[in-house]
Amino acid sequence: MLCDQCRERDAVVHLTQIVGQSVAQVHLCERCAAERGIETTVAEPKHPLGDFLQAVQQQASQLPGDLPRCAYCGTSLQEFRASGRLGCAHCYAAFDQSLRELLRRVHGATRHAGWRPPPVESVNDGELPTADPASRVEALREELARAVAAEAFESAAALRDQIRALE
Amino acid sequence: MTLDLSLLPDGGLQWLAPTGEHASIVLSSRIRLARNLAGFAFPPRAREGERLRVLQAVRQAVPQLEGLCDGVVVRVDECTAAERLLLHERHLVSRELAGLDAAQGAPTAGAVVVTGDVGLMVNEEDHLRLQVFRSGFDLEGALRHAEGLDRGLGGIVPYAAHPEFGFLTSCPTNTGTGLRASVLIHLPALVMTQEIGKVLQGLQHMGLTHRGLYGEGSEVLGNLFQISNQTTLGRSEGELVDQLARVVRRVIEREEEARRVLRREAGYIIEDKLWRAYGTLRHARSLSGEEAMQLLSGVRLAASLQLVTGLSVYTLNKLLIFSQTAHLMHGAGRPLTEGEASVARARYVRLVLAAEARITD
Repeated sequence: MLCDQCRERDAVVHLTQIVGQSVAQVHLCERCAAERGIETTVAEPKHPLGDFLQAVQQQASQLPGDLPRCAYCGTSLQEFRASGRLGCAHCYAAFDQSLRELLRRVHGATRHAGWRPPPVESVNDGELPTADPASRVEALREELARAVAAEAFESAAALRDQIRALE
Repeated sequence: MTLDLSLLPDGGLQWLAPTGEHASIVLSSRIRLARNLAGFAFPPRAREGERLRVLQAVRQAVPQLEGLCDGVVVRVDECTAAERLLLHERHLVSRELAGLDAAQGAPTAGAVVVTGDVGLMVNEEDHLRLQVFRSGFDLEGALRHAEGLDRGLGGIVPYAAHPEFGFLTSCPTNTGTGLRASVLIHLPALVMTQEIGKVLQGLQHMGLTHRGLYGEGSEVLGNLFQISNQTTLGRSEGELVDQLARVVRRVIEREEEARRVLRREAGYIIEDKLWRAYGTLRHARSLSGEEAMQLLSGVRLAASLQLVTGLSVYTLNKLLIFSQTAHLMHGAGRPLTEGEASVARARYVRLVLAAEARITD
């Protein structure tokens, strides 16, 4: 049986609506049912990652203005939402709030209880640790090219100085 | 690059020798640790230069590490498509790192360091995916070995870590310990008695998961299941492995019980079915990969019920890997069409079984 609303997918939710004196049968697919706000057991995500991405989506939609972006690798919360992959270690600090909630949902915990490496270099909230210099230069060069293309010569000069200092 | 398999220590397949505990039911135990190097973007986001520098750092670290120093570094991105598939068939390289679904092939600077029982993937979804394989049911042994290598490696190339979240990974489902422990287990009797549904459901309640022979997204063939932990954060490596081991022990008991029931309740039917599987493998002239897996499952069960004697578990393990398409192509020295591969597969299986045909009726 096809869904009454989209006429594309199979109906899996069979609803009996009583409005006043009339009784109507409505047959809906999972998605259309969810759109109408009808809670079904079949609509539950079957994979924890599904759960988790849905949660990011909900949080993201509540955020005003621009979505947060990782200052180190440039990954946005939106990109993370689409791919399910973080761009670098600093994304964990950049998306701390969303991630904390998601880690709790996926793992039931946020505190690591296993082996810890000796503290050589760890990512602290808000503080960017030293990056691999060659990678940093590469990133700055790309930024420089963009600044030149946009004729933002002041920032281009600043970027050039940074590159020189690193090299 | 031509991949010279003779250079790979034990072909990276030491686990095929059934030396471990419960080896007729549990083919192998595996520990995988996901790690990223501090200071570099994760591979899916990293630029080519970064990926190459990560590989360089690993290359420099490998000779300094006991347990990895005799490892062979294979540049997966320089291998042919057939070679990449072959490494995947050996479980040394994931589908993603082998680039089997990507038009451009393997990702730049994708590599694997291979020893007899270790495969260290470089520039997969995370910079490092350390895999330790053990024959049979030996999760604890695999964990000890993996931890030793991990600590050594982490002392040379510092890992990305967070004071609260632990080791940081590209996908948050691996954050924390980065540990995935799994067993490759053969459960034909639970499938035949239709008990398997309940068992798999039970796994989920315990926070464990199951997959096919080739992990995530692969289908279950030949009654071979990979059972693994699902969560990686909030519990220690030892606790995660202990819990999995406890459940697997229980699954083994249920499989053994189902085998006893089958013999008792349906003795000759089962015997007939398994002998037919053996007969087909022994004489067929064309076998699809799927059919071969299904029949091999029957013969494996027959061998462990001691219906068929003289067939070693090692031979059956070897058949499982070496009868796969890329291995057949490697043997033939040329690409094969699907039809040709089916013929080559049947021939290979016949030859191997004939060599061990000391079967008594």
